[in-house]
Amino acid sequence: MNEHRYLPMTDQDRASMLATIGVESIEDLFSDIPETIRYRERLNVGEKLSEPDLLRYMRKLAAKNADTDRFASFLGAGMYDHHLPVVINHMLLRGEFFTAYTPYQAELSQGELQAIFEFQSYICELTGMQVANASMYDGATALAEAAALAYGATKRTEIIVSHAVHPEAREVLRTTAKGLGLTVVEIPVQADGQTSLHALEQRINQNTAAVLVQSPNFYGIIEPLQAFSDAAHAVGALSVVSANPMSLALLEAPGKLGADLCVGDCQPFGIPVSLGGPSCGYFSATEALMRKIPGRIVGQTVDKSGRRGFVLTLQAREQHIRREKATSNICSNQALMALAASIYLSTMGKEGLRDVAKLNINKAHYAASLVQKSSRMSLKYAASFFNEFVVELPESIDIDGLNEVLLKTGIIGGYNLGKTDASLNRHMLIAVTETRTKEEIDGFFARLEELL
Amino acid sequence: MSNQQPIKNQALITELSHPGRKAYELSACDVPDISETQWAPAEAKRQVAAALPEVYEVDVVRHYTALSRRNFGIDNGFYPLGSCTMKYNPKINEDVARFAGFAKIHPYQPESSIQGALEVLYNLQNDLASITGMDQVTLQPAAGAHGEWTGLMMIRAYHESRGEHRTQVICPDTAHGTNPASATVAGLDTITIKSTPDGLVDLDELRKVVGPNTAALMLTNPNTLGLFEQQIEEIAKVVHEVGGLLYYDGANANAIMGITRPGDMGFDVVHLNLHKTMSTPHGGGGPGAGPVGVKARLIPFLPTPIVSKNAKGDFFLDASIAPQTIGRVKGFLGNFGILLRAYTYIRTYGPEGLRNVSEQAVLNANYLFRVLAPHFDAPFLRHCKHEFVLSGKKLKASGVRTLDLAKRLLDYGYHPPTIYFPLIVEEGIMIEPTETESKETLDQFAAAMIAIAQEAVDDPQLVLNAPYTTPVQRLDETLAARKPVLNCACGS
Repeated sequence: MNEHRYLPMTDQDRASMLATIGVESIEDLFSDIPETIRYRERLNVGEKLSEPDLLRYMRKLAAKNADTDRFASFLGAGMYDHHLPVVINHMLLRGEFFTAYTPYQAELSQGELQAIFEFQSYICELTGMQVANASMYDGATALAEAAALAYGATKRTEIIVSHAVHPEAREVLRTTAKGLGLTVVEIPVQADGQTSLHALEQRINQNTAAVLVQSPNFYGIIEPLQAFSDAAHAVGALSVVSANPMSLALLEAPGKLGADLCVGDCQPFGIPVSLGGPSCGYFSATEALMRKIPGRIVGQTVDKSGRRGFVLTLQAREQHIRREKATSNICSNQALMALAASIYLSTMGKEGLRDVAKLNINKAHYAASLVQKSSRMSLKYAASFFNEFVVELPESIDIDGLNEVLLKTGIIGGYNLGKTDASLNRHMLIAVTETRTKEEIDGFFARLEELL
Repeated sequence: MSNQQPIKNQALITELSHPGRKAYELSACDVPDISETQWAPAEAKRQVAAALPEVYEVDVVRHYTALSRRNFGIDNGFYPLGSCTMKYNPKINEDVARFAGFAKIHPYQPESSIQGALEVLYNLQNDLASITGMDQVTLQPAAGAHGEWTGLMMIRAYHESRGEHRTQVICPDTAHGTNPASATVAGLDTITIKSTPDGLVDLDELRKVVGPNTAALMLTNPNTLGLFEQQIEEIAKVVHEVGGLLYYDGANANAIMGITRPGDMGFDVVHLNLHKTMSTPHGGGGPGAGPVGVKARLIPFLPTPIVSKNAKGDFFLDASIAPQTIGRVKGFLGNFGILLRAYTYIRTYGPEGLRNVSEQAVLNANYLFRVLAPHFDAPFLRHCKHEFVLSGKKLKASGVRTLDLAKRLLDYGYHPPTIYFPLIVEEGIMIEPTETESKETLDQFAAAMIAIAQEAVDDPQLVLNAPYTTPVQRLDETLAARKPVLNCACGS
């Protein structure tokens, strides 16, 4: 009997297969590996656990974590606690979807291909762009790929990015820029929380490939996108917008505000936070840039009998054809997460997406109104926001210590902005999604008042 | 395909829309409704609602169920896609990844509140280091190609830290297409060297191209022909002697677990594809995970943070380990949900079990190779590792190409092998059975391959017009590329 439940080989199978090959033992099949590099020790990995023991062990590890089934979370900063309609998981667990490879064999992969085609359609609808790809690793890498595209399209080497773009996205951008030999210039945020248009106008020049802004930005603030697009276009640079796609239910599509590329992360659409991944980046562009887009793209076509079908298309851009001349080295997407986002959007539909976005606005603005009533806290920025805002706390407050105390009463507090920006010490970024009840919001701010 | 053959066109979800239907429910709003007021300036607000469908829950379930039935995964049948390691994706991995304690936690929570998750990552870093023979591992990269780029960026930073600006990456002509593409994105140039007639790295060719400008050699071992590079120690010596580093593309690591380790072969940097070797699902094209392991001298350049353990036994996110970090390569802590599945997989097998996995993968491949070789051309007929490559050029006499063979296999209920790769094999057919397939499955597949080879002789049209049993027949790819229709344009 084989010791492992995923392995079918019996002693009899082994004997008969070795005989067919004409060798004595499995070891003979490795005789071409020099003895000097054979590994003769026992791998130093965790011991085997039976199915029930493994479940018990993993449950024990899971129980050490504070999850949002048990804690009320006010943490966002790029990953949000939204309701996950239950149908999503049931569909994702269809083995036909999650155990499939990339849909290279189109005849056998029409389900995946159509789902991605529908995903691309949804992204175009929301962003107001003409073309979207099959998804990217995440929002941060999607933004970096947008900068790379801008370099390829304009042959210019300077990327201007707002300081209000997610700090981790800016870090990934810098790593990517180093690889490609690009310069990254940051422009600051002004007093109301929007990116300084004035600073951009001072800095932008004929070598600027792209202007990258995020809206709502890292501080939750809605940016005046048209003005940034106009400034970019005035020097022939591309306007790149990173947008929380849920906000686009109620905010104007970046494509209508001059964006050449619109990217972001689909995590708010039915994807669990899961310690930050996997999520799903989206990438959309104007028609003019269609043939420069990185990653996979699905297109509609017909089969021999004229029946509608879908294929991976525009593959002349991709690494397996172009090798070192490819526009990007990316050869996968986050298909299953794009499927999750698609099912989310199908479930919410036209009205539901607006309703959930409104709930986010209402809850976050209610929470902000509590801040305004407080004598110990104030709102840092005056400009409009979506579901997240920055609170200024009293001098001498230790936010990390505060969050430890909050945990003891079942609350996951907001993000300590001082971690990535020394000028924002004692500022907390607070996200309030539709999953927070009034009672939880009241309780959180009451507790904060007590502790400050 | 499933038993009932779906034959109808499946409507787009937007074509199922009927205003007035809904598939969602939300909690009632328990705070003041300000969404219609001045929460944002008028010019920032959306003028026209996005044209999303209006359907009810049953539509959603039936639509995606119908789509799933027009798809094919490992759960449906044998999937011998070479270099992709389409092994069984265990169900327990899916359950564990959905535990609330793992799925519903935030990367910015206080470290004290995610100790269980950090412990998983810490253990996985160590386990992967042991399997590859490396000193430290970053779990950040989201895919194999992402890992390649990460590794090359570290190699570049390493050379630069020594005041050297080496720009050349050497790849054999059997390399995965991502290797040269990743080099380009890392700002490096690729030199391709020809393989020997035996399908291995040509040491003389290698010696000719190495020099003071060599940044790295990128190698897959076993290579994409499924052959072990026996001279790997000499290869490593040649590259190291000129000051270059060795990069191991771990796409084929399913052949070597517990048998040999890249670190012992002389490699300095390794990426693993957890969605291949460690059974995490391919998901129809992702998400995957491409952790990168390095030898001690490259640790200072790792992307940060990694997970460390302090004297008290607490786990924490540690940036101090890499003072000359190349920077972040992805948001947050990598694809945690995938890393978690990989760790669950490792614990399902343990140390001996992982070696058994590789042994049985190699036995399956050699067995199938010997059964098929007499019926096809086998340009590299000797012991293979986890996969092997045949040539379909014999079939060309009757006008049938490897592509046609692949399409005909669909009618027999199989996902075809990888075809036309590696590029050096004419009409290449690259087959990787994996360890989770039984002898009966291999025998049945071999019978189908042999039957199709005979069909190609007896009735070439039968093969040329295949497939017949799939939801669609061969699709017009030229039309798709020439007149791209990339979305439904539902709103316009």
